[in-house]
Amino acid sequence: MKKIEAIIRKSKFDEVKEALHEIAVNFFSYWDVTGVGNEKEGHVYRGVSYSTSDIQRRYVSIVVSDHFLEITIDAVLKAAYTGEVGDGKIFVSTVDEAYRIRTKEKGSESIN
Amino acid sequence: MDTNAVLDLMWIVICGILVFFMQAGFTLVETGFTRAKNAGNIIMKNFMDLCIGSLGFWAVGYTVMYGDTIGSFIGTPSLFYSDASDMHNLFFQTVFAATAATIVSGAVAGRTKFTTYIIFSLVMTVIIYPISGHWVWQGEGWLTNLGFVDFAGSSVVHSVGGWAALVGAILVGPRLGKYTNGKSNAIQGHNLVLGALGVFILWLGWFGFNAGSELAISGDSANNAAGILITTNLAAAAAAMSAMFVTWVKYGKPDISMTLNGALAGLVGITAGCAAVSPVGAAIIGIIAGIVVVFSVDFIDKTLKVDDPVGAVSVHGVCGALGTLLVGVFATDGGLLYGGGFSLLGVQAIGVLAIGAWAAATAFIVLFILKKTMGLRVSKEEEVDGLDIHEHKTNVYNN
Repeated sequence: MKKIEAIIRKSKFDEVKEALHEIAVNFFSYWDVTGVGNEKEGHVYRGVSYSTSDIQRRYVSIVVSDHFLEITIDAVLKAAYTGEVGDGKIFVSTVDEAYRIRTKEKGSESIN
Repeated sequence: MDTNAVLDLMWIVICGILVFFMQAGFTLVETGFTRAKNAGNIIMKNFMDLCIGSLGFWAVGYTVMYGDTIGSFIGTPSLFYSDASDMHNLFFQTVFAATAATIVSGAVAGRTKFTTYIIFSLVMTVIIYPISGHWVWQGEGWLTNLGFVDFAGSSVVHSVGGWAALVGAILVGPRLGKYTNGKSNAIQGHNLVLGALGVFILWLGWFGFNAGSELAISGDSANNAAGILITTNLAAAAAAMSAMFVTWVKYGKPDISMTLNGALAGLVGITAGCAAVSPVGAAIIGIIAGIVVVFSVDFIDKTLKVDDPVGAVSVHGVCGALGTLLVGVFATDGGLLYGGGFSLLGVQAIGVLAIGAWAAATAFIVLFILKKTMGLRVSKEEEVDGLDIHEHKTNVYNN
């Protein structure tokens, strides 16, 4: 099993979600995050300008069986893409074990 | 009582109720324009200056303002006013006094001691505000005798509050982190939705503030009051638009909080002349106030380096003085543009200077004494953590 963690634009989230549904990945978690990166945003408040490197993004965490890894990553890469600086990143790691609490199933069975 | 007297009394009472609601507007503007960690403290300051103002103005302030004149300077004070045939006036004037007092809290928000503020607020409503008010509104004050016009209080209420706010903001000093190496930093308000609702409430309440100052609705006063509603509304609308366009050109985008300030600037600006100018004059006064408020906020923030988180000094002090002066230009009876020459404008200038000097000097004396005795400012630790948790042992926003 693999865990795919993607930091994406909030504006691309709906497209990513849809792309995941299309390849039958229906189980994942997400939350909003703030981070720093290459992009700097200029702001003005009451005439005082300031710039911040604090960037708002959405963090999506998906756990899939190994044979789903490639197709899932392709889906995210495609759906989250704009070509501008700040499209985000994807991290992949190995998951040792997974359990479904209700049935006590483990392994790939538990994440279907 | 005859029907007309009843109608007049009812008008004053209804308008007074509208003015009362402006307290909610001030609270929301000040809370929204400042940080979440100080929201509870701001609520308490606004709430308590209304309560203290109500008690203090009834106890002595009202007669200091409206009692028989002593040398055209001050009314004869008497305690615990209770003339049963004059309660409507006491009510109407009480909510005005509370308005003058509450202006200060915004300018000193986020770093001022609660107890010190409360004491200053009491002095404001029983001494500072009623004495200069006596000069203009009692009927025999020295500014009235000169022919000074401040119909609903651009100077009497707003400038007094605004100049006291300026002195307060200077004496208490800027919030930590507001200025680094001489450069002004943006400290964003935490909720502009609250700020916008507050401005709407103030705008609504202002119809009572200005049209109620007609102090009658029977006979010819009916048309006067309706005319005042129009001048008031036009000035606010024009000022919000002009402030918006100025920020658009100056900063690249229409600034939200400055546009909100713009509406208030127009309302303050038209308050003196709402019964004396034409609708066109009102719109022009609004446009001028909206432009001036943006440059004034900029100047006070970046050049004077006085930290006024909500723009109270610019909105109430500067635009109050401006609106009072512009009566001398746009008044259809006696204004410069209507062939009245410079005499009214001169009298307006005398009034603006006298009231400004009075408010600034008395506020300075009181606040300076408080600074040397109780202290004006909370500790650094309290300020960093937020006034709510230290001054009130709680947070306003909880999960």
